[in-house]
Amino acid sequence: MKVLGRLNDSKLSMQMLHRVRDTATRVTARLGRPVLLMEVCGTHTTVFSRTGLRGLLADLVELRSGPGCPVCVTSATDIEAMMALARLPGVILASFGDMVRVPGATGSLESARARGADVRIVYSPADALDLARANPGREIVFAGVGFETTAPMVAAVIMQARSQRLNNFSVYSLHKLVPPVMRALLESRDVPVDGFILPGHVCTVTGSRAFDFIGAEYGIPAVVTGFTLVDVLDALETLLNQVLINSASVTNSYRWVVRDAGNPRALEIMKNCFYPDEVSWRGLGNIPASGLAIREDLTNWDAGRKFAVEVPPVEEPPGCRCGDLLRGKITPPECKLFNRKCSPAHPVGPCMVSTEGACAAYRVSDTSQPGR
Amino acid sequence: MCLGIPVKIVELPDEHCALVEIDGIRRKVGLQLVGNVSPGDYLMVHAGFAVEVLDLAEAEARIKLWEEFLKFEGAGQA
Ligand code: SF4
Repeated sequence: MKVLGRLNDSKLSMQMLHRVRDTATRVTARLGRPVLLMEVCGTHTTVFSRTGLRGLLADLVELRSGPGCPVCVTSATDIEAMMALARLPGVILASFGDMVRVPGATGSLESARARGADVRIVYSPADALDLARANPGREIVFAGVGFETTAPMVAAVIMQARSQRLNNFSVYSLHKLVPPVMRALLESRDVPVDGFILPGHVCTVTGSRAFDFIGAEYGIPAVVTGFTLVDVLDALETLLNQVLINSASVTNSYRWVVRDAGNPRALEIMKNCFYPDEVSWRGLGNIPASGLAIREDLTNWDAGRKFAVEVPPVEEPPGCRCGDLLRGKITPPECKLFNRKCSPAHPVGPCMVSTEGACAAYRVSDTSQPGR
Repeated sequence: MCLGIPVKIVELPDEHCALVEIDGIRRKVGLQLVGNVSPGDYLMVHAGFAVEVLDLAEAEARIKLWEEFLKFEGAGQA
């Protein structure tokens, strides 16, 4: 256990920060501008805010958030579809807590609940399966939102439902995949990113190698890392050195958790349950093979096929710039609604709701972050 | 929702499930996504499932490397 504590040791981190600032100074001198790094994972965004690291590096390193918060990239249309499912008679909609407050066009899952829909917050997809066991007369629909970290556990639960013949359980799969969205982002060439900080826990499943194409095909360095201070600073030092020497390798700096080839069991169960399909991302539109649909032989547990709800396409909230934010084009203070019309008490977009949303994270400490 | 938590296995009631302690509360963690584990092993847990077995020796080595590097650098600058 001691070692886990040392990964957040403040004395060691301060010394590492000095070193990182030294390297960043050399990089900015070479580039003639601050170095632009993207943290793809929403949890990294919150770490940079909570620890004050973003502010401590702001003169040298410009940090942009990417499409790495699964709640935030869920489109308003998909939220409306989940609300429609929740309103069906006899249905209990089970969801992770972050999702229920995200506004669609006509409200949120939370407001649907206030109007009588049965929406339950669960900590784990396994809890949703327990609900199915406890309520044999009801239909339990699990709102399947998440990336590669979450999808294998949802797959495990679907397999369990099949083997235990729990036919009143199904999943509305909105799962999304990170490598395809990274490719879409790189193809768009919207933002001249100098280096990527890759999502550590997505990589536990995919492996760091799933992201090798960023260096090999786009010539940009990237580093896989975790969420302690030592993890993040170690990764920054590695990434900045790569930028400095013009290297485009993808490095795994999170070896105490992530294997280069990922987690074979998780990949296998995911493949047995889902297939890649074109899905729509908030702010990024439709991306081929970037989502996970439930396989045909598991139709019984696929809420999309079982209930076939249709909702008209919904526009994103007016003025909300979550889309630009998720593409790394802006930082939260550049949205005109930030801290004015949009706040955690009255969120306009998902990035202000989710604990991993960039707008919510920026509220924590560094609202004075320079925009560009 | 993506928060991963490192936890220690306290007990293994069956092959699919481990008992761990999170903030002093005993919780069940699904083991479907990881291989063989033993009590005392550490897991990265996400939404009630273990996603990987932790290699704490590797974390320790990384910390040591930094400490030595910083000491060496400090001595060089002094
Ligand atoms: S501040 Fe609110 S409205 Fe603006 S981008 Fe963030 S979530 Fe959307």
